[in-house]
Amino acid sequence: MDLAIKLIVFLPLLAAAIAGLFCRVIGDRPAQIVTCAALLIAAALSVFVFVRIGFGPESGKLIVVKLFTWIGSGTFDVDWALRVDTLTAVMLIVVTGVSSMVHVYSVGYMVEDTSIARFMAYLSLFTFFMLMLVTSDNLVQLFFGWEGVGLASYLLIGFWYDKPSANAAAMKAFIVNRIGDFGFALGIFAVWMLSGSVGFADIFAKGPEMAQMRIQFLGMNLPALETACLLLFVGAMGKSAQIGLHTWLPDAMEGPTPVSALIHAATMVTAGVFMVCRLSPLFELAPMALQVVALIGAATAFFAATVGLTQFDIKRVVAYSTCSQLGYMFFACGVGAYSAAMFHLMTHAFFKALLFLGSGSVITCLHHEQDMRKMGGVREKAPQTFILMWVGTLALSGIGVPFILGNGLGFAGFYSKDAMLESAFGVHTTVGMIAFWLGVIAAFMTAFYSTRLMFMTFYGKYRGDHHTWDHAHESPAVMLIPLYVLGIGAALSGLVAYDWFVGHDWKAFWGQSIAVRSTEEVLHHAHEVPLWVKLLPLVFAVAGILLSYYYYIVRTDMPARTVKAFPGLHALFFNKWYFDEFYDAVFVKPALAVGRVLWKKGDGAVIDGLGPDNIAARAQDMAGVLSRFQSGYLYHYAFVMLIGVAGLITYFMYSMLVGR
Amino acid sequence: MSSWPILSLVTFLPLVGALFCLVVNGPKEAVDRNCRSAALLTSLATFLVSLVLWVRFDPAKASFQFEEKLDWVPALSIGYHVGVDGISLFFVLLSTLLTPICILASWESVQVRVKEYMIAFLVLETFMVGMFCALDLALFYVFFEGVLIPMFLIIGVWGGKRRVYAAFKFFLYTLLGSVLMLLAIIAIYWQVGTTDLPTAMEKLELPFTWQCWLWLAFFASFAVKVPMWPVHTWLPDAHVEAPTAGSVILAGVLLKMGGYGFLRFSIPLLPEASQYFAPLVFGLSIVAVIYTSLVALVQEDMKKLIAYSSVAHMGFVTIGAFIMNMQSVQGSIFQMLSHGIVSAALFLCVGVVYDRMHTREIAAYGGLVHRMPRYAFTFMFFTLASVGLPGLSGFVGEFLVLVGTFKANTWVAFLATTGIILGAAYALWLYRKIIFGELTKDSLKGILDMNRREIAVFLPLVLITLWMGIYPSSFLDPMAPAVDKLIGDYQAALKLARTAALAP
Repeated sequence: MDLAIKLIVFLPLLAAAIAGLFCRVIGDRPAQIVTCAALLIAAALSVFVFVRIGFGPESGKLIVVKLFTWIGSGTFDVDWALRVDTLTAVMLIVVTGVSSMVHVYSVGYMVEDTSIARFMAYLSLFTFFMLMLVTSDNLVQLFFGWEGVGLASYLLIGFWYDKPSANAAAMKAFIVNRIGDFGFALGIFAVWMLSGSVGFADIFAKGPEMAQMRIQFLGMNLPALETACLLLFVGAMGKSAQIGLHTWLPDAMEGPTPVSALIHAATMVTAGVFMVCRLSPLFELAPMALQVVALIGAATAFFAATVGLTQFDIKRVVAYSTCSQLGYMFFACGVGAYSAAMFHLMTHAFFKALLFLGSGSVITCLHHEQDMRKMGGVREKAPQTFILMWVGTLALSGIGVPFILGNGLGFAGFYSKDAMLESAFGVHTTVGMIAFWLGVIAAFMTAFYSTRLMFMTFYGKYRGDHHTWDHAHESPAVMLIPLYVLGIGAALSGLVAYDWFVGHDWKAFWGQSIAVRSTEEVLHHAHEVPLWVKLLPLVFAVAGILLSYYYYIVRTDMPARTVKAFPGLHALFFNKWYFDEFYDAVFVKPALAVGRVLWKKGDGAVIDGLGPDNIAARAQDMAGVLSRFQSGYLYHYAFVMLIGVAGLITYFMYSMLVGR
Repeated sequence: MSSWPILSLVTFLPLVGALFCLVVNGPKEAVDRNCRSAALLTSLATFLVSLVLWVRFDPAKASFQFEEKLDWVPALSIGYHVGVDGISLFFVLLSTLLTPICILASWESVQVRVKEYMIAFLVLETFMVGMFCALDLALFYVFFEGVLIPMFLIIGVWGGKRRVYAAFKFFLYTLLGSVLMLLAIIAIYWQVGTTDLPTAMEKLELPFTWQCWLWLAFFASFAVKVPMWPVHTWLPDAHVEAPTAGSVILAGVLLKMGGYGFLRFSIPLLPEASQYFAPLVFGLSIVAVIYTSLVALVQEDMKKLIAYSSVAHMGFVTIGAFIMNMQSVQGSIFQMLSHGIVSAALFLCVGVVYDRMHTREIAAYGGLVHRMPRYAFTFMFFTLASVGLPGLSGFVGEFLVLVGTFKANTWVAFLATTGIILGAAYALWLYRKIIFGELTKDSLKGILDMNRREIAVFLPLVLITLWMGIYPSSFLDPMAPAVDKLIGDYQAALKLARTAALAP
């Protein structure tokens, strides 16, 4: 078991090293084979670990493999260690499962690229960091994985480094994430200060104690645990692109599409949700922090959905959808439904990766066209992609038939989205209600924009140029097989896993890996919500699909007329609520201007001007003055001497007078 | 105790090489070749001997090891007293590591006055090592000032266009501080009757006002060296004008003299004043972190940008040193070591393209990744180490400093942590401008990737950066007892002072 865990984590690193460092020696094909093989083995081992941990006996639900000491300084002690419990095992499945599929898909997708080995190496490196993140046993190693996936994301967004827009997007992703990490780091410091440890086992044990403490933070006397949790949550907001720190995610679509599927949909961006669930024993003791989490999540779910309604770039629509779905997961965490959040994390990983890879298939089909205005009718050319995309879309919209087979029968999102919304309603708090209603409205918009994507892309007449159309073709098998695998996940994962995650087996499945008390309470209430609450999300989703059908199939002039009717609202949504413009004007430009002033005026004029340059200039002046005394005329010298003598005598006489 | 004077050997071995260079004669080419080889061999030998130091160092001991004590000026009881503890050990190693790397890096770029150049570097090494080993205030002062002379020459003779201005600015700034330090050393001498450091640590008892004056005198000298805001303006000029290897030593070792000085002299000798002035240090350091990071954002010269980033990184060092808990002090020392490796490597990276293009202007580059993939990798690696990516050396120091600081003062920790955001911004911006993008400039179309000599220069630095980031215990453990003792003594002294103040 220990060996399996080590192999899962370190095989991708080994593969990345081989593909990255020796790519010019071994060539592209071996690099692809090595990385894909490593990931497929890791995925197979993950299934093994998942079964053993998730369905094993109570005693086997937590395994910690200690590697060696990382940082030891006084009482600050951090180990490199791999921790696997059910929460981690779920993430192992998600990460290695999606990653291995994306690796295989990339073999087909990147076939025309000039740096295939480098791409595969980056993907594997990313997977390694992500696995370190989910298996961490302490906050600092979590931070290691956290920053590591940020690095991999930076490298992959900027993979096509000739494109200035890709470089800019890569930098933006790294720096915005650093803002989140700033909060995360402060949160780690706070937890260490309060509990004297950064290991999960220790800090969870100290949780109730910390909840009683207060902390002096920035001159304010605050409840300690709430502060720490909020700071940690800032990190989660950055990584999971929550409102305010979300601006990097849409831009990240500059990266190759497999990257978007793996990093910016299925795995890395969910790290924030994972972090909150991992720390749920702390968060459940910090009710105020949880309310903030719920509100931010609900606001993001709503906000991102509105933007998604208006975008034309196929990948950006999916990106905003990701942002919105992450918001769902956070409000689920915020109301204490950690298991529902993890459930949606898992199902979302499958159907969103499917949607991204499907979009990638469409993009390659149309020779790298991403603008949906220049698409249409693609189902003729790519029928398999078309069907698989429908699976993803229905899963995202949460479509299913309720009441049959006990839990109903539907696509993955049907179960997980409902579980979250029912939980939000079930807790009967103001925050829960806000989250519920925003979530339901967002569900309507989700169904609308995701089917809009389908109708604009696959239906109607082709709107691009004919040269492209003539060369359009269905993707090769190496790309379609991963799509089928993910398609199966998107269709069935909800049905299969419902009972384990949020149904009656949840206790046996999760063990102690998430906060048990609040999960129990929330799931209990969630199962007892009124009937209309259970039906409402589905009704809204179906309504969204029907409206979208009306707009984009029946009356294709409706979108333009609606835009004309609400120009202000459309501009707000289309321009992403002007977040980028706002940040540019308030942070980026002033920082550069201040930097320039400090450099030229501060360093140049003030410090150098008054300091060294000034002293040098004064010394030169003084030398000039003094040199004038050395005129060579005897009477000048005699005169100066006389003045000196007079001065001395005066001084002596004066001091004698005073002395007496 | 070692039976043979290993510290003196490390200190003075480079002079043997210098002497050899001095007497070499013949046609210019042969002299150049011989001097290069001699300098490389001696500095490598010195490094090997210093490794013996590390191997034989007892990591459990807090006291000074490998001590040597000889009379020097007995009439004034000034002695030749050297020794290392966990704090100074790694600075000695850093100096002996960087010198051969510098010599290798200057192999082709220095073509005029090669003999003198090599002599200057070897003499510089002696002074640097001597300074970190010195346990006598007068001896320390001699080495501390001695370092200035070869460095002054290296900038002034082998530097760029404005080298004379830069050299004088460097010299005047640092000398001004040093003169005040000399006064402080004399004052201590009058108090305890000897310049022996361990004796002074035990015996020196000064009234608080006196402590403050002496502290300020030391501070003047060390703050310039670190450099702390606002006495940092010599650094960008000195770096820009210095030859690559000069910048490497300047950033790698010379800046550490200030931080080392605080830990070795200011804090143990003048604990009350150190506590009293700590807020001043925090204030200046935070200004340094934020101010210089913002300034770095708008630089047009590669070396200037890295120089400003050095000031920001050293801000963490000074904060950590004066927070005075285990994590912050260890972090501070570790940050100095890491910065010594990483900023040295970054300057070497600039040197690689400067040797080819003879310009440091950022706008003159772009798209180098197309022609220089190995270089792109190396530069990326050290850029990431500089922004403190976990798993590389920069993270450990920064994180320990901040974690220790948070415990003591959340404001300081909060403001200093903003540095990690700004640091990422300017470092990635620089990288993007130089390495990424299309290769459009004609002047760059024939540029060659790193050759074997250059790889040999960088490879050890890459490995050490990884080592320090993944298994920092090799460095943290040996320094722990000495740091523990430093903090223990400091707190004992403060407690004593408090009880004395309470007593009638």
